[in-house]
Formats: sequence, C-alpha cells, structure tokens
Amino acid sequence: MAQQGGSSSSGGSRILSGGSINVSPMKPLASLKVLVVDDEPMIRTIHKAQLVRAGINDVEVAANGKDAVDLHVNGATFDLILMDLHMPIMDGCQATKKLRAMGVKSSIVGVTSSGGAEKTAFLASGLDDCVSKPFVLQQIAHYLKVPRSPTNPPKYHNP
Amino acid sequence: MDRNQSHRQVATMKQSLFDQGYLDHEQFNQLEELQDDANPNFVEEVVTLYYRDSARLVHSIEQALEKSPIDFNKLDSYMHQFRGSSSSIGAKKVKAECSLFREYCRAGNGEGCMRTFQQVKKEYAALRKKLETFFQLARQAGPVDRARRPK
Repeated sequence: MAQQGGSSSSGGSRILSGGSINVSPMKPLASLKVLVVDDEPMIRTIHKAQLVRAGINDVEVAANGKDAVDLHVNGATFDLILMDLHMPIMDGCQATKKLRAMGVKSSIVGVTSSGGAEKTAFLASGLDDCVSKPFVLQQIAHYLKVPRSPTNPPKYHNP
Repeated sequence: MDRNQSHRQVATMKQSLFDQGYLDHEQFNQLEELQDDANPNFVEEVVTLYYRDSARLVHSIEQALEKSPIDFNKLDSYMHQFRGSSSSIGAKKVKAECSLFREYCRAGNGEGCMRTFQQVKKEYAALRKKLETFFQLARQAGPVDRARRPK
C-alpha cells in the first residue's frame, strides 16, 4: 500500500509547538519528500501528521518494506525515509539493504522500539540513524535540515 | 451547559485520566498538539486506529497462550508490538501490564503470562470505556478556541 500526501506551499524556518525546534533547512521544508514505512496504520497516521505539521506537505506512506522498494523501482525518490523494523512481507532491515543495493542515497532513519542486537543489525543494514517509536520531531530534525549528500555514505552501513 | 463549562468538563476529565494513571500526559499531549482545525478529531481517529489494530494482536496473543507448549518468543514478539502501540497513545496502565507480561515471557512462566494477560485486557477495556466517554464529551463541547487553548 502506498499513498500520496497532500500539497500546499510554505517554506523557510518553522517553530514547532510541543518542545519547539527551529529548523532552517537547506531545502525548504515544503519541498522535502518524505516516505514513512510502517505496517501499523496508527503509526503511519501519527508520523505523517507530525511531518505535515512541521511543514512537509509531500509525505508518502508504505505499509511494508516491499511497498517501499516498489515505490523506488517505479521511479520515486525521497529526501528522507523513516523505516520501521518489524513489518510483514519485507522487514525494515531487508528493505534498507535492498534500497542501498539499488543505489538509493536518501537519508534512511530507522524507527523502532527494539534494542540490542536487533537494533545494531538494523543500523548496519544501511541506516543513517535509528530513533525510538514514536519519534519526536526533534530526533529527526537534523535529517530535515541537512538531506544527505550523494557522496556521503550511510552512517552505519557495513558493505 | 455553556461552551466554557463543557470545555472545563473535558479538561477535568482529561486531567483525571492523567491523575489516575490511565494516560501518560506527555504522550497524549503530543497527540493533541497534532490536532487542529484541519484535523479536529485527530486524537480520536488515532485512538480508534489503536483499538482496531490491537484487536488483532490481542486475538493472536490469546491463540498463542492456548497452544501447548507455549511459544514464549512468539508471545514476547506480539506483546512487544502491543506495548509499543499502547505507548504511542499514552496508554500507561496497559503499557505497564504489557511490560510485566514480557517479564513472565522471558522467565518462561506460562501461568504468569495468562494471569497478567487478564490484567492487560482489563486495563485495555477500562481505558477504552473512559476514552469513549472523553471523546463524546469533547465532541459535544466542540473545538477549543485557539486563542484560549490552555498550555
């Protein structure tokens, strides 16, 4: 399942309520494209609302790793991918490895409440970072501010 | 009842849910922060999704507890997911019972799991009832005037 987010125009810095962050992105927030990958409709709803509230209007969602990969196979590109770990059909680890193998250079941030060896393996699959679920916007503010340059390798990638 | 009184009633009920430990105020407030004129019933929609999606998990846990021998790894995995979902809406008591359940899982204590799961379901149902009343009140009261929204 993949859905398109809404659209409107606004850009520049934004102060967010609830533990505010002041983001001055290199790209205007309104022009960022973000993909939320999670099998739980509730989590997709929350994360999408957080991003839209932050000023990001182009938010797509996918219900599992395979749908996320398929979006890319069909030519979609994103500035940031928020990837859950435990999903049916294709989990976050497999999806991240596949996307990196395809040459996808987007920032990919894992979103999981798992810890220990599972989290380590997830990070090593090609993530740039890993945050707890549900994330607080401040945790990913850096990735909204500085989309990863194509020449920078993923932070935790073990080829 | 005038609008201000209705809003006060809603605020009082919400505070009591925090004070009685049903809801984590920080997590619930984070959800409320996402509610606005474009999404006036956002929190209720999220909670509805929680109860819809977690019903499947509850059923899976029930089935897993009926099997012999019990697959504690599978149980733990289900409960990890349920705990995470519950945490996302600030369901404090449900989350606490889920954590206790996982301890029994890790200890391989089937009886403890079954006993705790009854508590999980009890808290899950109790919270649902309270939230249904809360949202009904909130809908009757109407949206809070943004200029006067309490912090």
